[in-house]
Amino acid sequence: MRMKRCVAVLVLALFAMGMVAGCEQKAPNQATPAPQAGEILVGLNCELSGGVASYGTNAANGAKLAIDEINAKGGVLGKQLKVLERDSQSKTDEAMNVSADLVSKGIVAQIGPLVSGAVAACTPVMNENKVPLIAPAATAPGATVDEKTGETFPYIFRACFLDSDQGVRMAEYAYDTLNMKTAAIYGSNSDDYAKGLAKYFKEAFEAKGGKIVAQEGYVSGDKDFKATLTKIKAAQPEFIYVPGYYQEVSILIKQARELGITVPMGGGDGWDSPDMITVAGAEALNNTYFTNHYSVQDPKPEIANFVKAYEQKYSKTPDSFAALGYDSAYLLAEAIKAADSADPVKVAEALAKTKDFPGITGTMTFNEKHNPVKSIVVIEFKDGKLVSH
Amino acid sequence: MVEFLQQMVNGLSLGAIYALIALGYTMVYGIILLINFAHGDIMMVGAYVGFFSITMLGSNVFVALLFAMLACAALGVLIEKIAYKPLRNSTRLAALITAIGASLFLEYVTIFFLTPQQRVFPAEAFPMHQYQIMGLYISNKDIFIVVLAVILMIMLQYIVKRTRAGKAMRAVSLDREAAMLMGISVDKTISFTFALGSALAAAAGVLIGLYYGTINPLMGIIPGLKAFVAAVLGGIGIIPGAMVGGFLMGILETMVSGYGSSMYRDAVAFGVLILILLIKPTGIFGRNDSEKV
Repeated sequence: MRMKRCVAVLVLALFAMGMVAGCEQKAPNQATPAPQAGEILVGLNCELSGGVASYGTNAANGAKLAIDEINAKGGVLGKQLKVLERDSQSKTDEAMNVSADLVSKGIVAQIGPLVSGAVAACTPVMNENKVPLIAPAATAPGATVDEKTGETFPYIFRACFLDSDQGVRMAEYAYDTLNMKTAAIYGSNSDDYAKGLAKYFKEAFEAKGGKIVAQEGYVSGDKDFKATLTKIKAAQPEFIYVPGYYQEVSILIKQARELGITVPMGGGDGWDSPDMITVAGAEALNNTYFTNHYSVQDPKPEIANFVKAYEQKYSKTPDSFAALGYDSAYLLAEAIKAADSADPVKVAEALAKTKDFPGITGTMTFNEKHNPVKSIVVIEFKDGKLVSH
Repeated sequence: MVEFLQQMVNGLSLGAIYALIALGYTMVYGIILLINFAHGDIMMVGAYVGFFSITMLGSNVFVALLFAMLACAALGVLIEKIAYKPLRNSTRLAALITAIGASLFLEYVTIFFLTPQQRVFPAEAFPMHQYQIMGLYISNKDIFIVVLAVILMIMLQYIVKRTRAGKAMRAVSLDREAAMLMGISVDKTISFTFALGSALAAAAGVLIGLYYGTINPLMGIIPGLKAFVAAVLGGIGIIPGAMVGGFLMGILETMVSGYGSSMYRDAVAFGVLILILLIKPTGIFGRNDSEKV
């Protein structure tokens, strides 16, 4: 009966691998040094490494640039802002640990994480400790609202538009501007972000009279999309909506073009990464569009100045996440000024009252759900360049 | 029909990747009855060695393959010496758990030194050509990867069945003590087995990097598990079985995505593992003889 034992061992081993992978937790550092008198501590909890490292790194860079500018102008309420930067490694559980650590250090507010799922993980920590969190790019509708009770989380704010806005915008663009009447959806099924986008795109596209001819999903980390793409190709959609993150989407688009799928494709702000072009190649990306928070080419002086300052400091072009990180830091600084206090509770109250805040990613006024009302641009990849519409 | 044939092409190219990884898995198991869970991660290290030799040394694909295979052969031998050899007379469970430890060690050491961010294999390292035959889209990469998997399998089969080293490997596998009494160096034979298996993993890693274009430190986990299923499906320890199991897995996954739902793909893949273990644990090519006690 050794074979049976061997079987049991194998199955156990497989489970063990999964469990070990899920268990790397670090105990949050409980030391609580009081913030120094002349400083206000701002926590940055961003994905500096891991799957979506480019989002977190750029947003953190944007926020640090804003804070440097603010400090150079004398800080806020006569105090300098001091950044406490932590890496969540693109892991949801780690983001929560980082939040607990930052809160214990006495921050006035936390900027980040970038991904909606990670924000949701930090939410209980922030609400319990009454410290505001500004999510630069969490686009899931539920990020600021308790979906069970419909109540707005008092300490969670965001600087970006919502998945619902984004999905609807792309549906309008595909149906009205590109004149596409049938579409397929092939998005990530592993995260709320992509599932939300797919849902809102579908609703809006069908409401306009369009037809969804195929709907498929992949899981994050997938590298082979050919089987499903071949299936989608047979359904002959005029347009393919691919909500997801650049790691998978870049390979997916490359393989779609390799299979002779030439129809236009669209996606959301998860596409915004230089890796899209390096992985998929400029040619494969032609005829693809994504909704985004801002465009680098916008001629408005405040945007041009931001782009110049960012390029000078980090010698690369700021993407949307950089702009959102930058806006998040200014939002916070404005709220501290308005509250006339660095008390997290008062700052949260002031944040909720934000009105006509002039950001790089649009003018923001928070509604009762702590969502900014703002504009969405559609960006096209054209021969490896980004063209905004 | 064209769609079905296209799915077969997709399935074969995916299956070739599983087969490549499964070959090394199955050979190590065949010789020392250890499921080397670090195999997928050795593959990842191979992909990185290949990546750096292409980007930093500017070598071509074949030189990169060679470098990766040599480096990983050394790594495999080292892991065996440090992690598995001291446990050679312990229970098999101890060695298995150590293999999981070695796997996690490789993943997180790589993350520590090379960051968890993905790296993009330069597209010009292996220029892509697309062929269109009767409505079928096939690339030179698909052909390359399938042909290479078959060649490596034949080479491996030749080494194990026809060379002196292979004979020693089979002897050690059959009865370690008797082999020792016959003057076979068990340590050397096991080292050779690991060197060979790890070199194969490295080849698979570089090919995966070339085929999909990106690599990251955790890239070995899922393909490693799927290849493990493929090896069990074909009959673990049997070299042609790994090959057939790999291709079957690739085709099965493709067909599930193509004609069923893409969301059931992994469920079916691991469901196959459970079914095989329940119905015929020795796999398709396995003989049903009982083990000696």
